Amino acid sequence: MATPSPSPVAAPDEPARVAEFEARIARGESIEPKDWMPLRYRKQLVRMMSQHAHSEIVGMLPEGNWITRAPSLRRKMALLAKVQDEAGHGLYIYCGTETLGVDRQELIDQLLAGTAKYSSIFNYPTLTWADIGCIGWFVDGAAIVNQTMLAKASYGPYARAMVRICKEENFHKRQGYEIMATLAAGTPAQRAMAQDAVNRWWWPSLMMFGPPDSASSNSDELMRWGVKKKSNDELRQRFVNLTVAQAKAIDLALPDAELRYDEATQNWSFGAIDWDEFWRVVKGDGPCNRERLAARRKAHDDGAWVRAAATARAAKRRRTSDAA
Amino acid sequence: MVNGESSTSEGRDTQWPLWEVFLQPPEGAPHEHAGSVHATSAEQALQNARDVYARRGEAVSIWVVPSAEITASTPADMGPFFDPGNDKPYRHPQFYKVPRGVRVF
Repeated sequence: MATPSPSPVAAPDEPARVAEFEARIARGESIEPKDWMPLRYRKQLVRMMSQHAHSEIVGMLPEGNWITRAPSLRRKMALLAKVQDEAGHGLYIYCGTETLGVDRQELIDQLLAGTAKYSSIFNYPTLTWADIGCIGWFVDGAAIVNQTMLAKASYGPYARAMVRICKEENFHKRQGYEIMATLAAGTPAQRAMAQDAVNRWWWPSLMMFGPPDSASSNSDELMRWGVKKKSNDELRQRFVNLTVAQAKAIDLALPDAELRYDEATQNWSFGAIDWDEFWRVVKGDGPCNRERLAARRKAHDDGAWVRAAATARAAKRRRTSDAA
Repeated sequence: MVNGESSTSEGRDTQWPLWEVFLQPPEGAPHEHAGSVHATSAEQALQNARDVYARRGEAVSIWVVPSAEITASTPADMGPFFDPGNDKPYRHPQFYKVPRGVRVF
């Protein structure tokens, strides 16, 4: 116990160690921060977790847009609480990422420089109040499907953050669905607004699950290492199956002429996704990519005085207590 | 590790010291590790911990501890460190035989 063990990052990926690591995964063991792990496992997790954390933070922006225009106090309180939750979720996941030895400042710098990815769904604009309902229903709904799976991920800190997030995410989906149900049962103008939001958010929400399995380069490795337990297409199908009934219940149409129930597979089969749009948005050319980045940079710059004040206050107190 | 300067002259912020957060739920359960926060002081760490980890009344008590103050066993040492306790089945009730049908409690 006296000799310090070498840093896991420096240790080479010897086949024997990789085999033992994969045996641990197969036994369903949880990999913890100080455990040996292949360099690629660490790298993949840092990528996944930081992108996830960035998504939560950037995700505050499209919804924050409507806080001052929520139609009632109840709606405003719910939206404020939801956006606050998203900040918290981002923080849980940044903390989890830090356990892999990465400096959070580096991650923040990457986000502000535009070199970090985040979920492309947040590059779409919230044009009407109904968009807020749709985001809660579709986007948080899709997130729940994904995060429920990730709650069993092999990396302990990530799985535990997901468990915490899953508990809170359910209210997000319900508040969104309640908004949509209310609008759908309202005036013709409200119904039309709700339907329009559905038409704009449905396909991007399906894209949240990532490229089709045939085109997903990271998936095989992530599944072998227990980070993903289900493929993109499986999760996407699960989301569609859940949502079709929900849409029918409030009499809103999903904008897919090819949507039909397949008795044999017991799945709702759906039409073709426009993957060109997906890749365009992922690569930075979506409707709001530049706006989101500008908002994040402004928030960071505007907050500099708070960080400086907190640091100065702490330093002053230390000098006072040192002198005492 | 505690860096008092904000380093704004270099254009880079520090992320402040890291604190581990432990929450005690209502009804007398022990404090449980919830995650971590960055903060410049213990007071700020407590407030940040409350805002991040206790929005829904999950905690009646919060502990924050500088991460650097935590001493942990290491996975590499797990074997020898825990070994003495791993093969003593007589520490478990199932080891002991009682006549059939007798209520021990």
